[in-house]
Amino acid sequence: MSIAEDHSQELKFADPNSVPINELDVSQSGLFQNQEHWAYFERLRREDPVHYCKDSAFGPYWSITRFKDIVEVDSNFQVFSSDRSIVIGDPPEEFNPRNFIAMDPPRHDVQRKAVTPAVAPANLAKLEGLIRERVCKILDSLPVNEEFDWVDKVSIELTTQMLATLFDFPWEERRLLPYWSDVTTSSPDLVGADAAKLTDAERQEELKNCLAYFMKLWGERTDNTDKTDFISLLATNPDTREMSNDPLEFLGNLMLLIVGGNDTTRNSISGGVLALNQNPKEYEKLKANPDLIPNMVSEIIRWVTPLAHMRRTALSDYELGGKTIKKGDKVIMWYISGNRDDSEIDRPNEFIIDRPKARHHLSFGFGIHRCMGNRVGEMQLKILWEEILKRFDRVEVVGEAERLQSNFVMGITKMPVILHPKTN
Amino acid sequence: MATVTFIEGNGTEHTVTVDNGLSLMEAAVNNMVPGIDADCGGACACATCHVYVEPAWETKAGDKSDMEETMLDFAEGTQGNSRLACQIKISDELDGLVVRLPEAQF
Repeated sequence: MSIAEDHSQELKFADPNSVPINELDVSQSGLFQNQEHWAYFERLRREDPVHYCKDSAFGPYWSITRFKDIVEVDSNFQVFSSDRSIVIGDPPEEFNPRNFIAMDPPRHDVQRKAVTPAVAPANLAKLEGLIRERVCKILDSLPVNEEFDWVDKVSIELTTQMLATLFDFPWEERRLLPYWSDVTTSSPDLVGADAAKLTDAERQEELKNCLAYFMKLWGERTDNTDKTDFISLLATNPDTREMSNDPLEFLGNLMLLIVGGNDTTRNSISGGVLALNQNPKEYEKLKANPDLIPNMVSEIIRWVTPLAHMRRTALSDYELGGKTIKKGDKVIMWYISGNRDDSEIDRPNEFIIDRPKARHHLSFGFGIHRCMGNRVGEMQLKILWEEILKRFDRVEVVGEAERLQSNFVMGITKMPVILHPKTN
Repeated sequence: MATVTFIEGNGTEHTVTVDNGLSLMEAAVNNMVPGIDADCGGACACATCHVYVEPAWETKAGDKSDMEETMLDFAEGTQGNSRLACQIKISDELDGLVVRLPEAQF
């Protein structure tokens, strides 16, 4: 098999068109792992774009599936609160690490602003050379003409190095970061992850280890106001320097920054390679015109939609699409569906690297919680593809991409590839 | 109909003619003025059409809504004359408008 095809898999879930619409439940994490969610969302967008599911593993919830409705909900933080949780499951009362993505103004504002300088344009300009150097080193160390796992050797390694830099994390121990990221997103109750992998108790234990590790770093960084790593920024900002006194809130913010800088870019790196293999004409287009890379990066991020959803909780009744969302209801904005909405995006089910208005996608969210690291992610992808094209005629996917069981992280856990070096 | 000028961070000027009723963001995008990303398409929800309105034009450009203020609050390099171009509607009054672009949209 030369191209990894997801469609050859046996269908495990019911045909969405055979289920009564009011029983349609898109929160089943296996749907995403098996890539069977597309048809479910297509039906919802067509027949019931603001959809109420009264019974699911995560309790009752609304699904917002069209692009414009998602922008409306995402922009309205006064009605649609992030305070309870930003994923479909509710955190347990006894272990709820808080962070600024799951807060409303004004607390959200000061914490977000404290860490923003790490990923602001001035800092990015400083990081660009360093990222390129590392990308080159990683690519030059890869085996050619033999099979290896792209996810481990490239996607995880590159994003881990970037994250280690943003945290100024001890270099030799940097793989702890993706490990803690995976632990964070591995909860069955929050996002439908595989319960067999890690018990809740084990998960909490690992996250406490993460906290202890960072507490030590924090202790070393309370005096240096010149440093722009996340920890120094939090430890020296007058608005956040007391955060270490609230260990769960510190942990929550660590989890946010680790996952935000890790899973998203990692899976866009893997997903881009897969998309180009599934669309060989687009790969040819790219090789003929590397100037398309920045536009392609946006198209990859739309195509992959690394985080399938964000969740809000209604603070008052709200009319949307002829339905009344009630105060207290759980509202899921399915970015992964909005990014395939043909009333907003032309030919949305096609991967088109020179698509006009490619930046117009939902993957970063909109409004005050919009992805803060979007430019870092885009920059990593852009540099990576520039350097790939210089070295390799093709990154060939030679087997099936294995996917994560989650309704939140659209993760590719393994993807075998063979690199074909350029001949001229 | 109004003629408006965008000045990039490096000093490059783009003068374009635009129909009344369109937004200043659309004026930039329709005329391929670089540096206005406009990711959300004009919903005041991404702050990637950030511009600095030249002082002489600030009043004519109108008031900022609460949402615009909020989004600008999270943008990079916000100043008193910062606006989101998608929230400025073109009219005869704005004929001659000059705005500057930040070094980078964030």
